[in-house]
Amino acid sequence: MTRLFINGIETEVPEGTSVLEAAQSLGAEIPTLCSYPGLSAYGACRLCVVEVGDPRSGPTKLVSACTYPVQEGLRVRTHSPRVERARKMLIELLLSICPSSKRIQDLAAEYQVERVRFPVRDERCILCGLCVRMCAEQMMARAIGFAHRGYRRKVTTPFDLRSEVCRLCGGCLYVCPVCELRCQGPEAPDPICGSCQAPTCLSAREDLSGAWEVTGGDSVRIKAPREAGKRSAGGVP
Amino acid sequence: MQEIEAIIERYGAERRHAISILQDIQARFHYLPKDALRHVAARLRIPLMDLYSLATFYNCFSLTPRGEHVIQVCLGTACHLKGGTRLVEALERELGVREEEVTPDGRLSFKTVRCLGACALAPLVVIDERYHPKMTQRKLTQILARLRRVREPAEAAR
Amino acid sequence: MKIRTLEQLLVLERELRAVHDHKPCVRVCGGTGCRARGSEDVLARFQELLEQKGLRGSIELKFTGCHGLCERGPLVSIAPSEVFYQSVEADDVAAIVGETLEHDRVIERLLASDPVTGARVRREQELPFYRRQHRIVLRLNGVIDPLDIREYLAFGGYQALAKTLERSTPEEVIEIIERSGLRGRGGAGFPTGKKWRLARAAKGTIKYVICNGDEGDPGAFMDRSLLEGNPHSVLEGMIIGAYAVGATRGIIYVREEYPLAVRTLRVALEQAREYGFLGETIFGSPFSFDIEIVRGAGAFVAGEETALIAAVEGRVSEPRQRPPYPVERGVWGCPTVINNVETWANVPLIIEHGPDWFASLGTATSKGTKIFSLVGKIRNTGLVEIPMGMTVRELVEEIGGGPPPSREIKAVQIGGPSGGCLPKDLFDLPIDYESLGEAGAMMGSGGLIVMDDRTCMVDVARYFMDFLRDESCGKCLPCREGTNRMYELLTRICEGRATESDLDLLEELAQVVKETSLCGLGQTASNPVLTTLRYFRSEYEAHVREHRCPARVCKALIRYVIMADRCTGCLACLSPCPSQAITGQLKQPHVIDQNRCLKCGLCLEVCQFGAVEVV
Repeated sequence: MTRLFINGIETEVPEGTSVLEAAQSLGAEIPTLCSYPGLSAYGACRLCVVEVGDPRSGPTKLVSACTYPVQEGLRVRTHSPRVERARKMLIELLLSICPSSKRIQDLAAEYQVERVRFPVRDERCILCGLCVRMCAEQMMARAIGFAHRGYRRKVTTPFDLRSEVCRLCGGCLYVCPVCELRCQGPEAPDPICGSCQAPTCLSAREDLSGAWEVTGGDSVRIKAPREAGKRSAGGVP
Repeated sequence: MQEIEAIIERYGAERRHAISILQDIQARFHYLPKDALRHVAARLRIPLMDLYSLATFYNCFSLTPRGEHVIQVCLGTACHLKGGTRLVEALERELGVREEEVTPDGRLSFKTVRCLGACALAPLVVIDERYHPKMTQRKLTQILARLRRVREPAEAAR
Repeated sequence: MKIRTLEQLLVLERELRAVHDHKPCVRVCGGTGCRARGSEDVLARFQELLEQKGLRGSIELKFTGCHGLCERGPLVSIAPSEVFYQSVEADDVAAIVGETLEHDRVIERLLASDPVTGARVRREQELPFYRRQHRIVLRLNGVIDPLDIREYLAFGGYQALAKTLERSTPEEVIEIIERSGLRGRGGAGFPTGKKWRLARAAKGTIKYVICNGDEGDPGAFMDRSLLEGNPHSVLEGMIIGAYAVGATRGIIYVREEYPLAVRTLRVALEQAREYGFLGETIFGSPFSFDIEIVRGAGAFVAGEETALIAAVEGRVSEPRQRPPYPVERGVWGCPTVINNVETWANVPLIIEHGPDWFASLGTATSKGTKIFSLVGKIRNTGLVEIPMGMTVRELVEEIGGGPPPSREIKAVQIGGPSGGCLPKDLFDLPIDYESLGEAGAMMGSGGLIVMDDRTCMVDVARYFMDFLRDESCGKCLPCREGTNRMYELLTRICEGRATESDLDLLEELAQVVKETSLCGLGQTASNPVLTTLRYFRSEYEAHVREHRCPARVCKALIRYVIMADRCTGCLACLSPCPSQAITGQLKQPHVIDQNRCLKCGLCLEVCQFGAVEVV
């Protein structure tokens, strides 16, 4: 058993527990987006950052609670001013990417993020990777995954083509934290279906390379499924 | 496919050799053909998605063919300060393509690289592995003209 | 022929050294800079001429690693007469052979000149560039042929390893390294001895040592020069480290942009195995160890320890949070020591000369020397090695030779995209881990870029942010999104479209990216922004309040004009202009149409009369 201090409260948890689990077991409410029970911890959204360390004996730092294993004598603060400031900015960034997500809007309300000072891109994906991990770890399919790197990163199938191994289980839709709509079938009534990453959507056609568009050199826009299926010039042969 | 097989044999059909195998395929074909990736995935017994992630993550891989002559413009810090970006703009203007795209005749493509370690010679341009120190826009125009006229790669890059 | 004892090594050293000390030798520099300027042709010409004259048997010819003074390449040095020639072309070789080699006469025009007196100097040590350095790790670069292990042996190579295996326990080796005060040369400066001790204590029967040869900082080529110029110094260090830590396997991770380094290492590994320095029962001890090379595939983030481990395992270079640290759980879950190329190369020296000798160099907290690639707006660009604690001013003025004519130095950038910019009024800072850290910069791997009054610091921040957002692995939100948004903001500032509140937003965002990013890339990504805001705020303010770029770099805020009083009307700039923006007649001053001007700078390049000005 490992003994640690969360917000000043002493607690004991089994070795190997994450700080997130330990904090949650004490009732501390730490926001998360990229973690899900049963899926491996990823530490990508950084919303669950907490302040660790003892300010009396050295500098403290922010770490993601979901991937930080408990340590003997660790001092953790889940809602310090530094943590709150960080979460606010992260939420503001999220809002600027995904303004229409109810989950993110709720977080914004909770953390009093009232303005978005970045140019807004109306996207459907925050790259939390839950769908990827669901497909890999629960379904053992690896039909979808990450492609590219950095600001060009996206979730897709190999070559943006319809997957040969996807079993249409809907797990990726289920676990996605930002879009709450369900698949509306092959002839979705409006382009704001948004519930799926186009590669596995039933209404998408064979070649989905036209589903992604890099606009303005700086951002990637996901087109609605109805626009997908057009052959794009110079795309995948 | 035989060549792909030979490359796989060279390292061993294990996941940890995936990057080396892809690098050799890239060197041989100047890009990663879809079928080659499918074959490697099957032989290494790893999901195709994993290879696609690798192929799109790293700089050295290209999923579309590169030109016959590849022009590399260094955009390391020293080269940037000495006008490397201007050279990139000049290439875009003269060739009519952007980075990693091939000219319609398939002859030329260019890419930017970050630091080749010859910073005293900034701005640096490498064409078909030959280093051209202290490049200027005018010199570049002349070289491009030669590359387009002559069919012999070795001659043209001099 | 395997070497089994220290005694055998010493005998071999004496034999090889005897030959070396008496036979005249021509050393042509094969470093990248010199090669790019044609040193391979120079080498070929020497081979040809020496053959022709039947001198191949009596004169050694070597193609060495980077000799350092890249600005003046191709470099040729002659032993034992110690003549040092610069800017040597293939056409000069005949004269060198005829005059210097055959008749001991020096060719004046090929000698370097002292920057102060202007007099020609014969030996490299007479140049402040070399004299002020303390070349210990680089001592054999420019001297030996990196493709022949016997050259390394002639200078005492692998004796440190022999002594270690014959006389010291692994524990004792760790103590020596701890006492020396050696800190990681890759940037973070973690105490090497401590790292080894942790790895030794970690649980596991299989352990790894890895050499991080990813050197991704644009502008840095120190590690490259070591790998290409003296690979055995790195190998020997790794073997000693493996013994200390209890590792049986080693990996050298080299970025794919360095094919020559890979080839050189392959030869070096082959030869080391031949001599028994790698493989089973090294030097007759129970210790067995071998090294494999893993090539990188092109990602700056792969230089981060956990991302490098992912790449070695055949995955994308995505870092993970630590703990657990690689020394506990690294490659395939095994305890792993990852050290930088330069760190490994220091190890044999520390064993050979003792930890106290090493600790006598440098400062109280930063021991030893550091290799820097000194580039940018400086007279003497190249590869230098200095004792820790030398001031920035000394490095820039004494060794670097100061700015090029009619330019003033404004700042230095240390530590690459993870580092920061220091203004000239901080040039009396000593170069050590703590001082640089306090100033907001970072030692980094050794890239040092000198900037002058025509460098826009906002543009520099933007350049680094473009690099970082491109190289970010994309896993965590603050780095992926934050670097992109910082780039957007910096672009707006450079284009004169930003407001005062944008500057505040930039600073706020930079702070959060620094504190919440998952790995070192994101955690240091804000440094270029934060240091330039701290020390060069006036430049930012000029861009925002006055829509002016003081350094006259940012395209949207400058204009190219032709000064009528200097224009001779020669028409030279008219046709090269890609947008036909220049009009004018013969002998009449030409005019640039600002609406058509692309600001490409071609006219400035072309004009022989300096009539084009950037305002």
